[in-house]
This record gives sequence, structure tokens and C-alpha cells, in this order.
Amino acid sequence: MRPLQVPEEEYLRRGHVGCAGCGAVIAMRFALKALGPDTVVVIPACCWGVIAGAYPQSSLDVPILHAAFATAGATASGVRAALDMRGEPDTTVMAWAGDGGTFDIGLQSLSGAVERDEDILYVCYDNEAYMNTGVQRSSSTPYGTRTTTTPREGWKRTRKKNIMETLAAHRIAYAATASIAYPEDMIRKFRKARDLKGHARFLHVFASCPTGWGVPSELTVKLARLAVRTNVFPLYEVENGVSYTLNTEGDLPVRAYLSPQGRFRHLSPEDIQDIQRMVDEDWRLLRAKAQGPPQRARLMA
Amino acid sequence: MKQVLEGSHAVSEAVRLARVQVVSAYPITPQTHIVEAISEFCSDGTMDARFICVESEHSAMAAVIGASNAGVRAFTATSSHGLALMHELLHWASGARLPIVMAEVNRALAPGWNIWTDQTDSLAQRDTGWIQLYCEDGQEVLDTTLEAFRLAEAVNLPVMVVLDAFFLSHTFEPVDVPDQDTVDRFLPPFDPRFRLDTKNPCAFGPITGPDRYMEIRRDIQAAMDRAPEVLAAVEQEFFSLFGRRYGAVDAFLCDDAEVILVVSGTAAATCRQAVGDLRKTGERVGMLKIRLFRPFPATEIRAILPKAPKVAVVDRNVSFGAGGIFAQEVKAALALHKGNTAVYSYIAGLGGRDITTATFQEIYLTTKDTPTPPAESVWVGLAQEERA
Repeated sequence: MRPLQVPEEEYLRRGHVGCAGCGAVIAMRFALKALGPDTVVVIPACCWGVIAGAYPQSSLDVPILHAAFATAGATASGVRAALDMRGEPDTTVMAWAGDGGTFDIGLQSLSGAVERDEDILYVCYDNEAYMNTGVQRSSSTPYGTRTTTTPREGWKRTRKKNIMETLAAHRIAYAATASIAYPEDMIRKFRKARDLKGHARFLHVFASCPTGWGVPSELTVKLARLAVRTNVFPLYEVENGVSYTLNTEGDLPVRAYLSPQGRFRHLSPEDIQDIQRMVDEDWRLLRAKAQGPPQRARLMA
Repeated sequence: MKQVLEGSHAVSEAVRLARVQVVSAYPITPQTHIVEAISEFCSDGTMDARFICVESEHSAMAAVIGASNAGVRAFTATSSHGLALMHELLHWASGARLPIVMAEVNRALAPGWNIWTDQTDSLAQRDTGWIQLYCEDGQEVLDTTLEAFRLAEAVNLPVMVVLDAFFLSHTFEPVDVPDQDTVDRFLPPFDPRFRLDTKNPCAFGPITGPDRYMEIRRDIQAAMDRAPEVLAAVEQEFFSLFGRRYGAVDAFLCDDAEVILVVSGTAAATCRQAVGDLRKTGERVGMLKIRLFRPFPATEIRAILPKAPKVAVVDRNVSFGAGGIFAQEVKAALALHKGNTAVYSYIAGLGGRDITTATFQEIYLTTKDTPTPPAESVWVGLAQEERA
């Protein structure tokens, strides 16, 4: 087994206030290792608004601009314009939003920024519910999930919004999924996105949430890997909204991913079969767009 | 150089002269002429700025907040529903101590849809921490916009330059447009102490608990408290360079007045005429125009209004359940004064209805002939109810 090729530099300091096993913290750590210090981070309301630290402290070694919930795309656009006017066009402006701030309340400002092809990198770290406020459902919450607003037998019976397809429909220059369980792939995609200067770029990062998902904190990375290996969260890239590249192909049934999680514990075998059918259908659609087998060479399972 | 300019374009010219670097806006009638002209300036290269055409007013304010945090002079413009949609970000801009300047064209709120002038939109934002200046004519719009940047950058608070829909935004008047060199002397480049800088990484706007939040709010109040004094100094310098000044308030024939009419916006121009006409018939009437609404110029008002036994505040706005908003503020300002000035409150001209010299004459005579003020605001110029 070869060691991971991950940069040594750290831009995330000890003392952040994330939960034990927080996938979003791992995501930020890898993201900044990839992007480097010439990066400004715009954070709307989300877990990271807390994790970053309370005044007067900060857990990041790059500038942070906290922003109103719905505004990540617009605020980042303003920062970009100002840095360009100040003669600092090379600085990367990264919007860093949760699924609520991306799929729901921030979708309009994200759509506007992408339509304008703003020179920004927009990252959604997706933990599939409003975790910061106590695990309420978002439009990123998958079918079958119990949250505090889809409790007991009212578990969520609609599908997760496909944010990648939404972005692809904007004909965005670059959109990719990434997972904290595949750091080399993730770092490659962040660097590719960083270097695609002059265009809007989007990364959808799967960030497991032990607190909200009802799993022990040591399962964070394992669950993220299982999401990829079951095709629940396939890793792929889309260029200009039309050119798809698959990075992975699952080899496990969805049960392997669902069964360790408290949020899915109520599901019957029939419910799980329903979810398997949805995942299979999504995978077929994705395969058809990619028009070819996955390119797995860069990944370590 | 004197030019015949629309009120909207007086704003646009000032924004160009102020060397604003980032503009973001979303179109709404009657603000559109302001941002269309700025778009042309950016497009034809007479203004070195980035114009961000966002998808909502909420995003417009968010974008200028981002730009101002990154250390450039930023501007936006809106009206009515657009301002209402911005509400959350108005608090954000002042809380972040950003010297953003916004032109706000007073327009009524729906339903029913009404694009005409009404001050309720901007006055509903009175608690957001923005300095508010209300303009009477095109020259004042241009000059106030230039002063707004100096004021905002001196106290680190955003400034709203307010002008009436159509009566000012779409009215052409001769306006003296100053030359760039003199404006540059008045308004040096924006150079904030703190900004987003990867060489000096700081976090802006993080979680602030009960142990810190209150002091930061007190600092905003302190900045507001300084604003009148700073405005006076800025106006003094403006006067020395351009020969014009406006004050926080403008008193017209108040010294011997039995009744002082209190007005704002373009109604002040009409009121001047009405006061002049009434004076010719021997009536002892004066006018106080309120230009600075936030912070409310209570000291200046206490120095003028108690000269008269009666004050009639004419509000082109309403706070439902409380009445005219300027009247509330005037009453509060006079509450600490030991005099016996009676404050009469009138509501007129909502949704673009005309306020004419005859309206002011009626208000004056009603005030003169009514011994004590009614408890509620009196609505002036209502249509007679149709019989069923």
C-alpha cells in the first residue's frame, strides 16, 4: 500500500469547534491544502460559520468573510470584482457553503453567479440536512431519511435534488463531485478548479456528519467511502455542462451504506429496494452521459 | 459645468466622479436610469469600475458588501420592493461597518402595484444602521451623493441618498457638475484600515457572543452620534470647494413663525413656494426641511422648532398604527424640551399623489385654526367617499 500523496502544508488550525468526526472539517483541510494560502473564503450561514471560530479567533490561516445565508454566490462575486479592481486577480475566491446554503436558500445567488460566469470557485460541502440548526431536512436530504422535520413515519419520501445536473444545465465550465474518503482525487479536482481561472467552477463535496446521521464518529471516512462504492455518491466531473468523466464505479449494494446509519434504521427491506432502484437509475443516466466506462486510474479504493 | 440632468443622472454623474470601483444593482422602476447610465459609463470606459448585474436586490447588496469588505469603494441603487428585499443585508452592511453608498428612490410598496413616490420604503429601514439623507432637487442629489462617500468613509457606516420617484428621479433640471480634479481633492481614494487580504488573513463577521456583541453595537451607535458633526465638517469643506451647502436641516423663515411646516424631499420645494405665498398675505409661517433623517438631528430641531407655538409635520409615509414617521421623530426630539410647542401630524401624498401649494395652505390653515393637536395623524387630500 503506497502512502497518500497529500500536501504537508496546513491552513486549518487546531481548536476549530467542529463536532468529533466532522466530515466538513476534513473537507476544508484538504481543500486548503490544494488551493494554498492565496485564497479568500466566503462562508454563508452553515456549520462552518461556527467551526471557523468565534470572534476574535479564527481556525483558518486564510481570510474569511462570513456572509448572510442566501448570499454566498453574490458575496463572492463582489469580493472577486473588488480584488480584480485592486490588481489582485490571481487570488482564488472560494465560496464555501453547506447544502442548505447551496441547494435551498442560496440557489438563486449561486445560479446568478454561475450564469454570469464569475471567476469564483463555489464549493458545497454536503452533509444532507440543516445540521447546524439541529438536523432539519433540506432539499439535499435523500429519500428515506429521518430528520427532526421528517420524523418517525414522516421520513422523507422525495428524492435528493440533483445539484450537479442543475449546475451542468448552466453550462458551467467545470463541476465535479469529490469525497473526503478520496483525498488525492479531491485535491486534484480542487487544483484543477483553481487553475481554471476566469470561469465559474463548482465542487460538490460529500461530507459525512456523524452527529446528524446517527453514526459513531470513527465511521466518518468509512461512510464517505461506502457512499462512493454503492454509487450513492459517484465521483465524476463535468466540463462545460456536457463532457462527463466518471471516476468511479460502485461494487456494493446500497444496504452496505444505509445500514450503519441511524437516520435510515427504520427502513424496511422493501424501502431499501426502492432506494436501490433509484440509485441504479441515477447511475444508468450518469453512465449514458459519460458514454464510456469509468476512469478509475487516479483513485485508491 | 452646468448641464441639464435628470435627477437619476445626477446620481450617476456623482458616482462616476467619486471613482466608485464596484457597482452592483438589479433593475426596478424608478431606479433604472441611475444604473443604466452607470452601465454606459463602465461600457464606454469613462468610468473604471466593475458593474455586476445580479439576479436580485438581495444579491446586489451582498455583492457590494463583498466588494467593500475587499477594500474598494462600492455603490448600489434601488427602490421600494428592492429595498425591502435587501433588508437583511442592510443590517449586515452597517454591522460590518462598511461605507457603502446607495441611492434609494422613494416609491410606494404594493399591493396594489404603485411606482410613484412614497417614503414608507426607506423609512421602514430606519433601524438598520444606515445614515439617511433626503434630497430636494437635482443639484442636491449630486452634491449629497459626493458628500455621502466622505461621510460614510469617515464614520464607517453606510449612507442612503434618498430621492423622490419621478418628481426628482425623472425630472430634468440644470445641475452644476463639478470637474474631476476638484472632486478628487474633496474625495481621496478609499483606503480602509481592514480588508480581505491574503497577506494579513483575518476573519470578518464571525460568531460574536453575549460577551462581545453589545460593545460592538454600542460602537455603531457612537459612530451614528458622530455623524452630524462629521457631516457638518464635510459640508464645510464641500462649501469651500464648490460653494454649496445644505445642512442637516434647512430652516426657512422660521424665526417669527406662528406655524412651522416640517417637510422632506421634493415637497420642500413646493412648501417654500407655499410659505412665500402665505407670507405675502401676512401669515407668519415658516418651513423646516429635514435632510438628515438618520441619525435624527434632534439638537438642530430643538434649536428651531420651539420658536413657534405650533409645528405641522407633513409626512409622505405612514407607520400603520402609529401615524406619520417624521412626526413621531419630531415629537420624540421635542419631548425633552421644556417649551410648549404643539406638534400637528399630517399624512399627504402617498403613492405619488400630488402635494401642491394648496395642500400646504390647507395644512397651515387647519393647524392655525385647531387649538390643540389631534391625537392621531390627519390624512390630507383624501378623495370623498363614493356613495353606494
